Amino acid sequence: MRADPRSARWAWLIVAGLSAFLAAFAVGCGSDDSGDGGDSGAPTELGAAEGEVNLVAWAGYVEDGSTDPKVDWVTDFEKETGCQVNVKIGNTSDEMVQLMRTGQYDAVSASGDATLRLIDGGDVAPVNTDLIPNYADVFDSLKDQPFNTVDGTNYGVPHGRGANLLMWNPDEVSGKPDSWDVVFDKSSENSGSVTAYDNPIYIADAALYLMTHEPDLGITNPYELDQEQFDAAIALLKEQRQNIGEYWSDYTKQISAFANGDSTVGTTWQVIANLLEADGVKVETTLPVEGSTGWSDTWMISSEAKNPNCAYMWMNHIISPEANAQVAEWFGEAPANEKSCELTADANHCDIYHAADEDYFDQVFYWTTPVADCGDDRGDVCKTYDEWVQGWTEVKG
Amino acid sequence: MEAADVASSAPRRSAGRRLADLLHGRPRLQVSALLAGPVGWLVIGYLGSLAVLLAASFWTLGELSGEVEQTFTLDNYEQIITEPVYRSIAGRTVLIAALVTLTDVLLALPLAFYMAKVAGPRAKGMLVVAVLVPLWSAYLVKVYAWRTILSQEGALNWALAPFGLDGPGYGNVAVWIVMSYIWLPYMVIPIYAGLERLPDSLLSASEDLGAHPGLTFRRVILPLVFPAIVAGSIFTFSLTLGDFIAPQLVSSTQFIGTVVYANITNNLPLAAAFATVPIMIMVVYLLLARRLGAFEHV
Repeated sequence: MRADPRSARWAWLIVAGLSAFLAAFAVGCGSDDSGDGGDSGAPTELGAAEGEVNLVAWAGYVEDGSTDPKVDWVTDFEKETGCQVNVKIGNTSDEMVQLMRTGQYDAVSASGDATLRLIDGGDVAPVNTDLIPNYADVFDSLKDQPFNTVDGTNYGVPHGRGANLLMWNPDEVSGKPDSWDVVFDKSSENSGSVTAYDNPIYIADAALYLMTHEPDLGITNPYELDQEQFDAAIALLKEQRQNIGEYWSDYTKQISAFANGDSTVGTTWQVIANLLEADGVKVETTLPVEGSTGWSDTWMISSEAKNPNCAYMWMNHIISPEANAQVAEWFGEAPANEKSCELTADANHCDIYHAADEDYFDQVFYWTTPVADCGDDRGDVCKTYDEWVQGWTEVKG
Repeated sequence: MEAADVASSAPRRSAGRRLADLLHGRPRLQVSALLAGPVGWLVIGYLGSLAVLLAASFWTLGELSGEVEQTFTLDNYEQIITEPVYRSIAGRTVLIAALVTLTDVLLALPLAFYMAKVAGPRAKGMLVVAVLVPLWSAYLVKVYAWRTILSQEGALNWALAPFGLDGPGYGNVAVWIVMSYIWLPYMVIPIYAGLERLPDSLLSASEDLGAHPGLTFRRVILPLVFPAIVAGSIFTFSLTLGDFIAPQLVSSTQFIGTVVYANITNNLPLAAAFATVPIMIMVVYLLLARRLGAFEHV
């Protein structure tokens, strides 16, 4: 067939027209997806188990014996309810939000910096706590928190709470650090092997440090930062950047970094220290004197959950006294269920993690989504999360 | 045959025959039918999604809700142009992409020349397999392997220790090394194909005319294999430009891909605007490559 100049032009015209049409179509469709999604009400009664449940969870929250045969609170749940548990590990809150937006998962263990985004985006549905018998035994101070309860409507059940810790390699870092200054003002002493959590929410850690070390800035809540406070936190992080070896967002990355000696001091989670010690790597942890950021995670159910009954059963199971005790010990956090404290293998677990110590948790600033409303007489001048993301991009350079 | 049989077997053409009749003598329809599948994929899957991306880059986020609002604004482009951090990230990514391309050209040329011109038939076959086998293992496996090699107590530091040297550790140099390694097969194969097409008689003629090997390379081989080099460079340059996984695993520095990835959940318009930067760079690159004849004999 000879090349016909007319048909080539005609073909290109069709291609251009089709893509323009599709773009307009996609744009038009896109506007329907935002806002409310799915059923806006919670169920009033549970039906039969669907046979499986798809979870998005932090590493260490849903253990079925594959990491360590003794660490398993999933297998008996599967046997009891017939709900096969499939878990997807989310490494950061951003990942979890992204995963939940796909609508392919039933429940998520969301931290406070994800919960409000999920609620606002219509990705999670209200939870009827009457359908979860074990909710009655949850610590009162964990119920109806601002990051998971909006206008009196509950959007989830608390999983537990804990603090970010400072971890160091005692062979490389001298003295016993008890302050965050070892990763901020004094980070040059370990230049090249300091590590920090690779997520914009880490700006709150810098703000927390400034709360103690630069009181003139007047920071009272590390997530409510006006321009001046925000700029100071960013400046501190840029200084820290010069001594950072590598940031970590994937917990396996931090494990291999400490094991290889690439990182020797920085922010961590207790579960990472547990895994390192299990591998024979020497590390120590502490909660520094300035206090710390932390998390209080909420199990939330997707507004597009295909297995809502199994999801409710899972939520009831994970906050049951036995399972909550097991996961709290493995992950290194305070359990949500009061009765779990009697069931932990280490009788002192709840004391160590201050499970019933409200004064302690007053020092821990749970991850939450920064919003424009400062919540005090400053008004709406605080930095929003997307501004934090841009600030974090600037810090890393 | 009986009359009844003839009547009942009157031309009742099968569906296939009727389709063939429809297409007969209509060349445009034949071509359209043939191309409908691939063009449909290209338009819907590729061009369509690029068009949506471009549209998203002109949108903005609601002030208090943080949700994407479809109001037209140039703020995102203003931000990536005026704020220095985005310029430096883009510049760094382009620089590393160029370095990776250059490195791969320097590594691929001798290897491809040996494979095309010097190696015997069996060695040639084995070398082609050897070059292609790394492509069979997963991308992540290769990057994690390099992460282990480059780590503080990894093989590279161990090998350099007797000389009192230290490996580069993680960082831009690590990204350069890893990317050069991963994309090398994509450079070797086009150059190898280009050199295969080079007639041996040209090389003998050049020698007969008194040129030493260096001159032959410069004046005979290089001009003829240059389009193939450019074709290979398209792969290494574009793949490095968009990569976001390797930089996160072997460095803490930010590249275009990592910034887009970080922003895509919370600030889709900004991520989309920044994502148009590598697209525009590649459009320019491809136009240049076409000028230099890369699409002639590939």
